[in-house]
Amino acid sequence: MASAREIRRRIKSVKNTGKITKAMELVSASKMRRAQRNVLATRPYADRLYDVMGELTLRSMGGGTKHPLLQPHPTVTRVALILITPDRGLCGALNSNLTRAAARFITDQKSQGRSVSVIAIGKKGRDFILRVGQKLDSEIIGLGDAPPLVDVLPAATTAINGYSPDASGNYDYDEVYLLCAEFVNTLVQRPKLRRFLPVEAPGNAGATKVDYSYEPSQEDVLDQLLPRFIEVQLYQAILESIASEHSARMMAMRNANDNAKELVRDLTLTYNKARQAAITTEISEIAAGATALNQ
Amino acid sequence: MPIQLEIVTAERVVLSEEVDMVSAPSVEGRVGILPRHEPLLTVLQPGELHYVKNGVSMPYAISGGFMEVLPNRVTILADTAERADEIDETRAEQARLQAEQAMRDRQSTEDLARAEIALRRATVRLQVAKLRRNRQ
Repeated sequence: MASAREIRRRIKSVKNTGKITKAMELVSASKMRRAQRNVLATRPYADRLYDVMGELTLRSMGGGTKHPLLQPHPTVTRVALILITPDRGLCGALNSNLTRAAARFITDQKSQGRSVSVIAIGKKGRDFILRVGQKLDSEIIGLGDAPPLVDVLPAATTAINGYSPDASGNYDYDEVYLLCAEFVNTLVQRPKLRRFLPVEAPGNAGATKVDYSYEPSQEDVLDQLLPRFIEVQLYQAILESIASEHSARMMAMRNANDNAKELVRDLTLTYNKARQAAITTEISEIAAGATALNQ
Repeated sequence: MPIQLEIVTAERVVLSEEVDMVSAPSVEGRVGILPRHEPLLTVLQPGELHYVKNGVSMPYAISGGFMEVLPNRVTILADTAERADEIDETRAEQARLQAEQAMRDRQSTEDLARAEIALRRATVRLQVAKLRRNRQ
């Protein structure tokens, strides 16, 4: 059995770690609340945009002309993956779940004979892609806890430019997918994969059925609107990932904290036993000594 | 009958208020909206948007977006929106110079995109600030 002093030192160190994880838990809890607020704040803009787009695509479908971002490419051989991960670790299984989902996606696409390029947002995802040697087309790291929209635009631009045909009709991506951490609730965050481009035209569910007049024209409005719609979708996904990151970290730290407490309890018990044993030994030694002297 | 005016950006709701008149910089020219306007969807260009409430005009600097007009509601989906009297002209000028510098030093298409956006925003701020100064 370890000496009483060693155990005491151990208890102290576990208690200190517990204090750190407790502090991190509290910090993550408040950051998570803020991140959730930020996600909610984008809703009015995104919802209005969605409604207007539903209205427009419904009309333009009748006209027959389709915007390139709504139009699927005839054959799919090159896909892009926008991978949104945290910059930092210590958030439970979130990062490994995300990278595992990314790896599965890449293998899956490759087995269908498609090549995959990655647009990485977040350091962990970027490092993973570099480690496995996958093609990395663009990266954004160091976004922080509440990034402004401007900071995420480059990734959206890369995706849009890669998907839309250039002047000579060439393009880099046939489909673009988005993988991010879906915020289900405080306890559950899971990787969510969805198709990002071509844009899924919203059905008439969102349409307001108002007979607008358009300036300059329906096509022009749609032209301007689609990129905004894509940008705000990416922005929402990033904000949601940030909320997921903080809530995953909060849970991880709460578990660490509980474990630290349990460890301290066990160690204290062992310490008391060791102390008791030492005293017992000491008493019996004295008693034995005294008996020896009396004889 | 007042108009319910909402200015929203991707980041937040900037303004939600009942107003008497809205004037916005559409790509086709400036449009004024009074109550019971016909439904309209228009693309906005960077410039000054203002609304009138109880005879007082309040200016906002916006850098492009959309305007949706319904008979008693106007929604501005702006790329960025700021109250014009909160603009600091010297800071906007600095931001413009920085953005121009960044466009020259760009390393990648992303840098270019970022710089373009910054430049656009700074330019609008400056324009609106100048407009206001000239009027005063």
